[in-house]
Amino acid sequence: MSDARGQSKDPGETSQARLTRRRLLVTGATGAAAAYGLSAGGASARGLSSSIFKSTAAGTVTFGANAADTPVPLKALNQSFKAFTAKTGTQVKVNAVAHNQFQEQINSYLQGQPDDVFTWFAGYRMKFFAEKGLLSQVDDVWATLKPQFASAFQNASKGSDGHYYFVPSHAYPWALHYRKSVFAKNGYTPPKTWAQLIALCKKMQADGLTPLAFTDKEGWPAMGTFDIINMRINGYDFHVRLMGGKARWDSPQVKKVFNTWRELLPYTSEGALGMLWQEGATQFIKGEAGMYFLGTFVGQAFPAAASKDVDFVAFPAINPKWGQDSIDAPIDGYCMSKKSKNPTEAKQLMTFLGSAAYENIYLNSDPNNFGANKNVNTSKYTAIQKKSAALVAKTAHIAQFLDRDTRPDFASTVMIPAIQQFLNKPEDVNSLCSSIQKQKVAIFGS
Amino acid sequence: MATDVAAAGQADGTPREGRAVRLSVRDRIALALMVTIPVIVVGGLIWFPTFASIALSFTSWDGIGGITTAKWIGTENYHQVATIYPGFWPAVRHNLIWLAYLTFVATPFGLFLAYQLDKELRGSRMYQSIFFLPVVLSFAILGFIVQLTYSQSQGLINGIFGTNVDWLGDPSINLWAVLVLVGWRHAGYIMILYLAGLKAIDPSLREAAAIDGAGEWHAFRTVVFPALRPINIVIVVVTVIEALRAFDVVYVVNKGRNGLELLSVLVTNNIIGEASRIGYGSAIAVILIVFSIIPIIVFVWNSFKETEPA
Amino acid sequence: MTTVATTEDTRPVRKRPLSVSRIILHAFLIITALLWLAPVAWAVFTSFRPYADTAKNGYVSLPHTLTLGNYRRAWTQGDIPLHFWNSLIITIPAIVLILLFAAMVAYVVSRFSFWFNVPLLIFFMAANLLPQQVIITPVYQMFLRIHLPTWLSESGAAYDSFIGLIAINVAFQTGFCTFVLSNYMKTLPKSLTEAARVDGAGVTRQFFGIIMPLCRPAFAALAVLEFTWIYNDFFWAVVLMSSGDKQPITSSLNNLQGQFFTDNNLIAAASVLVAIPTILVFALLQRQFIGGLTLGSTKE
Repeated sequence: MSDARGQSKDPGETSQARLTRRRLLVTGATGAAAAYGLSAGGASARGLSSSIFKSTAAGTVTFGANAADTPVPLKALNQSFKAFTAKTGTQVKVNAVAHNQFQEQINSYLQGQPDDVFTWFAGYRMKFFAEKGLLSQVDDVWATLKPQFASAFQNASKGSDGHYYFVPSHAYPWALHYRKSVFAKNGYTPPKTWAQLIALCKKMQADGLTPLAFTDKEGWPAMGTFDIINMRINGYDFHVRLMGGKARWDSPQVKKVFNTWRELLPYTSEGALGMLWQEGATQFIKGEAGMYFLGTFVGQAFPAAASKDVDFVAFPAINPKWGQDSIDAPIDGYCMSKKSKNPTEAKQLMTFLGSAAYENIYLNSDPNNFGANKNVNTSKYTAIQKKSAALVAKTAHIAQFLDRDTRPDFASTVMIPAIQQFLNKPEDVNSLCSSIQKQKVAIFGS
Repeated sequence: MATDVAAAGQADGTPREGRAVRLSVRDRIALALMVTIPVIVVGGLIWFPTFASIALSFTSWDGIGGITTAKWIGTENYHQVATIYPGFWPAVRHNLIWLAYLTFVATPFGLFLAYQLDKELRGSRMYQSIFFLPVVLSFAILGFIVQLTYSQSQGLINGIFGTNVDWLGDPSINLWAVLVLVGWRHAGYIMILYLAGLKAIDPSLREAAAIDGAGEWHAFRTVVFPALRPINIVIVVVTVIEALRAFDVVYVVNKGRNGLELLSVLVTNNIIGEASRIGYGSAIAVILIVFSIIPIIVFVWNSFKETEPA
Repeated sequence: MTTVATTEDTRPVRKRPLSVSRIILHAFLIITALLWLAPVAWAVFTSFRPYADTAKNGYVSLPHTLTLGNYRRAWTQGDIPLHFWNSLIITIPAIVLILLFAAMVAYVVSRFSFWFNVPLLIFFMAANLLPQQVIITPVYQMFLRIHLPTWLSESGAAYDSFIGLIAINVAFQTGFCTFVLSNYMKTLPKSLTEAARVDGAGVTRQFFGIIMPLCRPAFAALAVLEFTWIYNDFFWAVVLMSSGDKQPITSSLNNLQGQFFTDNNLIAAASVLVAIPTILVFALLQRQFIGGLTLGSTKE
């Protein structure tokens, strides 16, 4: 589901991230290393597990990371863990899995032998596991953390029973990106209302640009557009009710969202269903597309020089009643599993992960997110980071993105195909909405 | 052929010779162990889960918290799958298209290749290796090759022909694009099977047909093809099973969405991952089982006829 | 009737005069072979090109430079040695167990005449023909609950363990080998075991001492086949293995996929590395491999 959002990507990165992070079976590990001539490079970097046993010795904590395929955040994690160990003496053993795979295996992972602490997301996705009794409460950790976080982040970290289950780390807003040079050259101004947006798109199209870069091969990027149009037209409360299964999907409000969205489609990239978000980013940064509505993680795909040219605004207002009062700003962070074998050390680690000190280290390598902690060092922030933090701070309502705000089975088995179907046949809104509603009833129960 | 020494005969384990051979107790224990251990492994890991899947298909369960949290809902899952699941009927259609394509295009082409390579040709071994190469590759790699070949902006096909077709993103053509490369693999597999069958045909049969003065196609139709009957059954079953088992390639390309839906992928998407709709996914799995049973029965029955001593 | 056929032509090669039809045939075969190799050759070609080159000039272009850099990075970033070792840990014990189990069942079914012979064969062969998706949920629920001592499984359960993956592969593949071996064993003369039996050898001795050694060619062929199938599988690992460092090699492609989607060059290099063992095995043991496919005239 949620793809590489919030994960830094650096094509030039080498295997430094590998240091200390692998556990190996003792049997044959050295043999394997010799057999494959690993004496140069990686092998020496691997620590042999001193025990085969999953339960680690006191003074260690295990950490599950959805970052095996993203060396830069992984390196950041390892660096920060070094700092943690230096401070507390507790060792951290990292289990890294490719991020998509980690998320897909989460159900069996949590019921099996999960690590003490693991990367996860705020929103329904976290509340759901808390309800199922798979997460540990971390109220005591929050006793010290509470003053360091704005209320929006506090609320996002609670389960439906009011207890804390999550420690936030970083977040990023979904915004309308544009290139300053392109806008300056053609005399465009960033749109503040829907009418201005459409007018700008027409102009861009006349100038030979694709007005809005747009991709949806993975199925989730388009959810951002649905979310924001829904919040703009129908307001945040309706959006929350809809996500929670308390509103009808064949209601006139939802149909209006799709019908409004349809106006935008002629101005979006061709062949969107065959492209990944990084390909949209390529179109955008090459100047072939004028704007790109995506999370600020899109910066990972930009070469350093070009990213200085990028700026963003909040998505235009549609209904003046709501203005621009809502935004999707997914929060990434950490949870503690219920079956944690080292609860004291785990809570130690969670406290550390909620601290500004940790975020400072992490954000060094991942400048496309901003830190959740109030005390994070913003002096090194890029322009985008500063603006992201400011935008989220001043927006009244924060949502977590469709696939984190609603039931995961609804998001993945119903909404992804539904939105793709909409993109293939945008006129067919009535039958689409009634189909979604029927499936929603089947899943939510009402 | 050593059928005459096959251990067939009377039902009590006595060999053909007719002498009553009593198996000692130790022998019986040994034979029992030889059979029961594999039976337990296969029964426990394949058959038990199969029946469990069938049972689960009548429940609503999210897979968490133990089987006792599963709720019995009768045939509700099946009803939903057939009526409100937008991906189901397209998946059935795609599986059938897959089957038709393999049956009428890929398999015949494999047979054609096998027939040509069966002639005394120079380099026949080399051709065999080349045509068989895709079969040795993992489906994950096959999926990657599909991307590399068909990517709209960076793919080989659009690059060579200067076109801009959205091979993988356009739901009206992406299945066909994938099938081309699937056939590429399937034909090689079929070719090897047929080659073996062709080699087993008595050469005198073919010479007789050739002497008849009949044309090549006539000889093939009246002599070679009928003689290939045992292999043909195998080929049919293999083709059907491959069509039903199809999963890896489309999953790697785009997780089986937007025109690439298949029954196996629907099962996976509902069961694996955060969706975790166990009962629902199991219902689709049972439908898949039902479709698979027919060729399985055909194959097994045919083999049973084969293995039964004359 | 299944024969131990190989694709070695034993008929005397008659020198045929080059006829027009022959020339056309050769031309057809050459063109088809080239087309056949094209996708793979394309992937290999892409793997040697640096990312900067293809990003600038596109993939369908003449190379300005060629590099091994993709291979180096695939090796380290994809952690190929570790995952290859994991694949071996799973594949080799699985093959041994599969052949052992299959031989045992084949022996009983082919050398004796019990009432349950045919049902037993059906039991095993049908198991092999089911799609994998049909049994995933119960299997992983079972694996979560089967507790194993930690010296057998680091995770303490069958889930997320090599034992678990080996077990499911064994269960899944035994059917095919049973069928092939039972056909093969039927061709072994009864007189051999008869002599041993008369001498007082029990079935165990007959099995291990006489039948098994005679089955060596079949074992070799089946081992090659099974290696390819188990090594190439990626479905079981995705479902049943949650530790990153225990994933088999098909998942190292996964680790590179998520990060550098556009870096097809890197993934191409990784694909080549992943494919090399099976291609090598196939190339070196081609005769046995092809022979193995035809031993039972059946499929996985």
